Amino acid sequence: MAGPGGDMQWCFSQVKGAIDDDVAEADIISTVEFNHTGELLATGDKGGRVVIFQQEIENKSLPQFRSEYNVYSTFQSHEPEFDYLKSLEIEEKINKIRWLPQKNAAQFLLSTNDKTIKLWKISERDKRPDGYNLKEEDGRYRDPNTITALRVPVLIPMDLMVEASPRRVFANAHTYHINSVSVNSDNETYLSADDLRINLWNLEITDRSFNIVDIKPANMEELTEVITAAEFHPHQCNTFVYSSSKGTIRLCDMRISALCDKHSKLFEEPENPSNRSFFSEIISSISDVKFSHNGRYMMTRDYLSVKIWDLNMENRPVETYQVHEYLRSKLCSLYENDCIFDKFECCWNGDDSVVMTGSYNNFFRMFDRGHRRDTTLEASRENGKPLQVLRPRKVCTGGKRKKDEISVDSLDFNKKILHTAWHPQDNIIAVATTNNLYIFQDKVN
Amino acid sequence: MSEENEETQTAEETPVEDTETQDKVISPEKAEEAKLKARFPNLGHKPGGSDFLRKRLQKGQKYFDSGDYNMAKAKIKNKTLPTAAPEKTEITGDHIPTPQDLPQRKPSLVASKLAG
Repeated sequence: MAGPGGDMQWCFSQVKGAIDDDVAEADIISTVEFNHTGELLATGDKGGRVVIFQQEIENKSLPQFRSEYNVYSTFQSHEPEFDYLKSLEIEEKINKIRWLPQKNAAQFLLSTNDKTIKLWKISERDKRPDGYNLKEEDGRYRDPNTITALRVPVLIPMDLMVEASPRRVFANAHTYHINSVSVNSDNETYLSADDLRINLWNLEITDRSFNIVDIKPANMEELTEVITAAEFHPHQCNTFVYSSSKGTIRLCDMRISALCDKHSKLFEEPENPSNRSFFSEIISSISDVKFSHNGRYMMTRDYLSVKIWDLNMENRPVETYQVHEYLRSKLCSLYENDCIFDKFECCWNGDDSVVMTGSYNNFFRMFDRGHRRDTTLEASRENGKPLQVLRPRKVCTGGKRKKDEISVDSLDFNKKILHTAWHPQDNIIAVATTNNLYIFQDKVN
Repeated sequence: MSEENEETQTAEETPVEDTETQDKVISPEKAEEAKLKARFPNLGHKPGGSDFLRKRLQKGQKYFDSGDYNMAKAKIKNKTLPTAAPEKTEITGDHIPTPQDLPQRKPSLVASKLAG
């Protein structure tokens, strides 16, 4: 069960992935997602592969209860493709994975690259048929003349086999690059969003989708903003939001009209015009938007901060948390090395009391909304002893660096934590560094 | 802490680069902007505008296209063909990639190391 929120002590649990520093492009983790029970944890990478881990529930009553996640299934979800018309390659990188709520014995997830969304079925097989009349054990056909008696084939137990099969392929509906996929609470539809358009699909139907948002201007020279993320409301099946590169969030109600170009609500924090600089718009671009579990709030992540919005208040966020404000005086070099365009994600804990997001130097940040506390932790193999408590990290900006602190100039901007996920009920988190997946858990748990 | 601006104030206290400015306290963002403009004087006046977004929409490795190549060749007629610009953000057919400019693609055939 989720802890009270105060005094969480995070401990190392596991790390997945190769140790060597030479990271192959394909191994770069591009998405991390728990399923609705938290029993399964999926990752996608730049090589188009999906790896699913399953939680092995050891004796939960033991004080040293450790939830171990072990490999459950792995498959190649997307392959590299080529758009012959535009002479462009289509990356196989998995941009997003979203689980469907479980309806039967099998598990389903949606995985998407830039252009194509696929529905994958992951099912278990632990029995096999035995005793065919016309076939031998090894599959060879028996000579019918040698058969003197009939038998009824039976199902016998076998070693567990987990199979992944693509059940639907939703293709050719996006001219631009898909950044988001979100399953509706109605469990029948889902949306996919690219830079300029959002489409609504039925999970059963692959040859048709409805366009519900289109912000493409008639003249592309007039383009001023793009869609950066979109999500359905967790309970209201008619409501979704999408964020933009200009720092705004639009909430749309599908009951009002078929094409939701006119928003129902526009969330935007007014900016002091005298503070405006070359970087203002770039750092205000929202890289992720997530509804709270209770559906009353949404969280947005821009380059330097995390903001919590009350859905009933459009003119400003109710809470703002600085993730790494010390980077404001480094924007010039962050622009030159392209880091200013990094897209960090954010997530809520199970009871919406704590939010988490990543930063550089393999640091990640947690903000406890109730206790007004924040902490910085590091995902590193140096803290990799089982159940080792992570000590808080601190970045120093001034001249005087205290013993345990790290100075801004020593931060490694190649070590970025863009993807994090929080177990839907327990205090277990998955944190992805470039090519490794760390799992931490709260000591008290 | 969430709302305090301690770190911002520290940054503001660092010496302002342009000593001729009467206003001594420049926001860190504007100081960074000045640095950038000093390094890239030709930077466009509409920073968040079309250029950025077009680059963003473009994303992806452009390969050699014989159609583009021949059309560009036809346009130029007698002059020599322009070689591919080093900038990776060219969008349409005026850019003529040559085999030397293209990075080698190595699709992943092995299993993910996370599963190892």
